[in-house]
Amino acid sequence: MAPFPGGRVHHHIDLGSVLRGTVCALYSNLVTRPTGAAVRTAIEQQIAEAAGPTVTVIDFSQVMLLDFSCADEIVAKLMLRYVRPAALVPDAGAARVAAGDGYFVFRGIGDHHLDAVEAVRERHGRAIVAVVDGEVLLVGELSDDERRAWALLHDVGPADARRLSVAAACDEAAAAGALDRLAARRLAMPAAAGGWLPVTLPPNADVPNAQVPNAEWPNDGAPGAGAPGVPS
Amino acid sequence: MTSVLPLPPTVDDFTFEQVLAGLAAVPPDVKLLVDARHARWASPYGLTGLLALAQARLAAGGERPGFAPPEADDTASYWARTGFFREAESLYQFTRPVPRARQGGESAVLLAITPVSKAGDVHEIISHVQERSAAILHGGLGLESRATIGFSMTLSEACQNIVEHAQGGGWVAVQAYTWTRRLGRRVVVISVCDAGIGFRRSLESNTTRPRSDRWDDGMALEEAVLRGVSRFRDPGRGQGLAGIRRYVSKWNGKLAVRSGTARIALVPEWDDDVALREGLADFPGAQVQITIPAAVPSAARGTAAPAPARARRPEPGLDL
Repeated sequence: MAPFPGGRVHHHIDLGSVLRGTVCALYSNLVTRPTGAAVRTAIEQQIAEAAGPTVTVIDFSQVMLLDFSCADEIVAKLMLRYVRPAALVPDAGAARVAAGDGYFVFRGIGDHHLDAVEAVRERHGRAIVAVVDGEVLLVGELSDDERRAWALLHDVGPADARRLSVAAACDEAAAAGALDRLAARRLAMPAAAGGWLPVTLPPNADVPNAQVPNAEWPNDGAPGAGAPGVPS
Repeated sequence: MTSVLPLPPTVDDFTFEQVLAGLAAVPPDVKLLVDARHARWASPYGLTGLLALAQARLAAGGERPGFAPPEADDTASYWARTGFFREAESLYQFTRPVPRARQGGESAVLLAITPVSKAGDVHEIISHVQERSAAILHGGLGLESRATIGFSMTLSEACQNIVEHAQGGGWVAVQAYTWTRRLGRRVVVISVCDAGIGFRRSLESNTTRPRSDRWDDGMALEEAVLRGVSRFRDPGRGQGLAGIRRYVSKWNGKLAVRSGTARIALVPEWDDDVALREGLADFPGAQVQITIPAAVPSAARGTAAPAPARARRPEPGLDL
């Protein structure tokens, strides 16, 4: 666990290690629903132990196979759990822990995981932050407004609607709407000093050659020239 | 009194219906003898189905059935290598000694008949199959290497159907062989059979879900297989069969699921099966067969691509 800028906490969770530590030391595949539920519970416990918001990097790189049931338990249920009140997540498991305040970045997702991750993400209408080929991306059905707002948060650092609207050269209501939607989908998180941060890899994340939209993130500087606008 | 249930020369998903029709006429309290003496070949579905048959018989309170093994040495030897006799010996009383499976394995048997009852079984099955499936699907069937991952996912989800829904154990088998007469190509076949509660009773356990006036085994199969409906309220459930459906469609394969008195099939262009059969002989549990054919090299593009090869059916034959 590492401190995160703005007082947040950053976890890096290697799913392969969690699988072997919580289910069976001999397993290397994330298959079956009970396995996925056990791994998710272990992740939730780590999040619950941290006070305040946490950004958890879920690392698939040591996982050989991920099936649909396991992807649903880990990817979809984790996202749903922190997006909605826990009581609304059916069958989330008897070992439910205090929710905490979790945000997620998924990395190490290879071709052999994509089918399962995409299937469950689409099924639940979720968008995720994922590191794909070293690039931090928003994956899922998002409006252009939301994508641009998320990218601009990287550029301008913590921002409220007013600041984002200046950066985007759009009206404040449009910026506020985009921020609200990003926050509701757990793609933006509240900054300790006010405003919003994009959910992304922390600057000290051990991802070789990661292309984080702004390497100096977070900063309090002025928006970069020519930043894309958020259409109203 | 003993009632004899003769097996046809070829025991596959089609001829197994004859077996079940014959079985329906034998009350559970009558001693049953399954006569395989004249059987020459059985598909993974046929072999796992025979295990489920005995399982159902025992669950219904019947006596352990007798089993007359195939007379042909090569057939009996092959059935031994598939693991059939090993699994059958606790369910049937053999009328004569059966051959032991040779060590070293059988190249066509990607996964010998393996019992499935818990999640740990699925882990072991997937680990076992992973390495060899690449050789068989990519090397043997000419499919792209990414087909291998989907194959393991499909196998995992098919097995989990037993763990999650059957309320009892079942069996899985995976074999690759040349489907000479029906298709003229190599295929890899997954068969997963159990004699548990079946799709209709599983869905009925969710009493909150409204059902239409028509509610029977066929409707239950349509709901589960085509619409991804599950007995659980969790909206994330039902993705396993949906994933299997996508995989089968992507690789021009076939999915057939039998439960109760109905059978539903996703039929590719190379086959002429019926999409939904109803009014079949009642048999408990669920029996699933997934068939993935070899790619056909496309001369025009110089690449391997699935292509239609229409076949007449039923046309049983010795395909190995």
